[in-house]
Amino acid sequence: MSYSHRFLVPGFLLPLMTVGAFLLVAPGVGFAQRSNIGRPASEEDIRNLGVIISPGGKGLPQGKGTAKEGGELYAKQCVACHGKTGEGGVADQLVMGKPGAPRKGMYSDLDRHPIGFWAYSTTVFDYINRAMPANRGGTLKPDEVYAVVAYLLYMEGIIKETDVMDQDTLGKVQMPNRPNFLPERVVWPPNPKKPSWY
Amino acid sequence: MNSNQSGRRGFLKGAALAGLAVGAQKASAQTGLTNTAAPGAPPNTHEHGQLAPNAKPAGRGVTKSITHTTYYTPLADSVGIITPASLHFMQSHSRLPQIDPATYSFTVHGLVDRPLSFTMDDLKRLPSVSKIRFLECLGNSSPRRHVNDGKPNSTPVTVQYTHGVMSCNEWGGVPLSALFKEAGLKKEASWVVAEGNDGSKYNYCIPLTKALDDCMVAYLQNGEPLRQEQGFPARLFVPGFGANHSVKWLRRLYITDEPYMTWDQSVHHAAARADMAYKSRWFNFVWPPKSVITRPSAGLKLNTPGYYEITGLAWSGWGKVKKVDVSVDGGKTWKEARLQDPVLPMAHTRFNFDWTWTGEETTIMSRCTDDQGEVQPSLAELNKHWGRAEKDHLEPKSNTHYWNAIQPWKVAKDGSISDVLFA
Repeated sequence: MSYSHRFLVPGFLLPLMTVGAFLLVAPGVGFAQRSNIGRPASEEDIRNLGVIISPGGKGLPQGKGTAKEGGELYAKQCVACHGKTGEGGVADQLVMGKPGAPRKGMYSDLDRHPIGFWAYSTTVFDYINRAMPANRGGTLKPDEVYAVVAYLLYMEGIIKETDVMDQDTLGKVQMPNRPNFLPERVVWPPNPKKPSWY
Repeated sequence: MNSNQSGRRGFLKGAALAGLAVGAQKASAQTGLTNTAAPGAPPNTHEHGQLAPNAKPAGRGVTKSITHTTYYTPLADSVGIITPASLHFMQSHSRLPQIDPATYSFTVHGLVDRPLSFTMDDLKRLPSVSKIRFLECLGNSSPRRHVNDGKPNSTPVTVQYTHGVMSCNEWGGVPLSALFKEAGLKKEASWVVAEGNDGSKYNYCIPLTKALDDCMVAYLQNGEPLRQEQGFPARLFVPGFGANHSVKWLRRLYITDEPYMTWDQSVHHAAARADMAYKSRWFNFVWPPKSVITRPSAGLKLNTPGYYEITGLAWSGWGKVKKVDVSVDGGKTWKEARLQDPVLPMAHTRFNFDWTWTGEETTIMSRCTDDQGEVQPSLAELNKHWGRAEKDHLEPKSNTHYWNAIQPWKVAKDGSISDVLFA
């Protein structure tokens, strides 16, 4: 259970956690031995599951797109629910800024859906790739996802219209609202423990 | 108390179907009691007991919008702490998948020594565990729940709609610790991204410490296979945390060395906080202490002054309920309610309180204190903490999460009961 030391856990809890973990896995199956249940998943099996993107962009597929291409796709596939320029409709508002002029200031609890609020550009890719268009998630090609992400970042004033988004560039986009998320490092259990409001 | 009656009928019918029917008929003849039951039984009911045709237990409510479909548990009719599986709440953001358990598997991969896929047969061979735990949508009691097809306040304001996006079941499955032992965690492993098989491949992540502590892949709900809408054939179950963590129709568990900023978790479910200079708090894992009087509650009517039992539910994602206080005079004075066994961690706890209504207008409410010493706040305290204006919770766009304000019910002179917060 060597992962425990990686968390900011009070020292006196560590022996307890280790004992707890031991008790959880120990009965019946033996602590040290595996039971060899489960089928090994091949690299191909895992590739077929599709991508999960890390905040920094690990997992981004090959492909590229620009805001211009994304605008055309947006007009066809997104306007019905999100409005002509991302102002929202039956689904969330996506844009509060303007090209070249990102929205300034804090977001209230009532307007935290637009892309300008999001902390990571990679989340935009990951979500659109898996879930959009609604109930047809997974049907967009990587180039299309890069393009529509570029379009939304451009509309929010975060990148230029000609910026190419790809495996290397997307993860490097600095989202203006990133510093406004807390805590900087998420740990569990919380330390110090202040249950409701830590 | 509908569910009580129907439960008893279910038991009697079950006993009859277990082969006692003939004996029961004979006994009736001997004692002279009239048995009016028609002989025989509908086909196949010996396998799965049915409600009596004339039993009409309260059903779930529903709201629908393009982004949320929600079924609400009828709390006003609840007794005890266990929600029937058929009445468990459900919320979904996209179409529900139909999965064949015979071909189903989910995969554990990422920072593991051996990426593995597990079938239902595999799950049933591995060490099992079952726990009675609540599950509560992290938007429960927030005003969004009153939006139906884009129309705010289009559902009745009753305890079913204010608090019914929560339920409590016995969940059975395999501890994640057992699965991860098979796969072998690498030293850097510290987070788990869970992905579902719904239309949005919904994903959410949990710290590995929590996963190893008390989480499971659940395939049983109150002793039966999961309901289809609850993630059949298998789901993640994360006790005490907002229900979104318990990803349904589990497709994979991806082990990482950092939190992945999934859409709902890092965007929609982050909340501006006054005590953090209006920065947004993300990863609000735990449901803080909360309680609600389920009966008498809004929409019901007291027909005459006199004795009424006040009954309700209390729970906390941090642990056990320590005590519940009840006020029957609008919060001026509080008295401790009786807690009914069992009092389990991260589970609904039933409380009861004797009350005599004088016939005068008054307001009744409950307040939960958990075993961490945390106390359920009033609306004013909650608003102050989260930095919300007094009426923010009435704003249709408001997206209040982890709302645990004390819920007052107003009893009018004519005995009718209404909600104070959302009216």
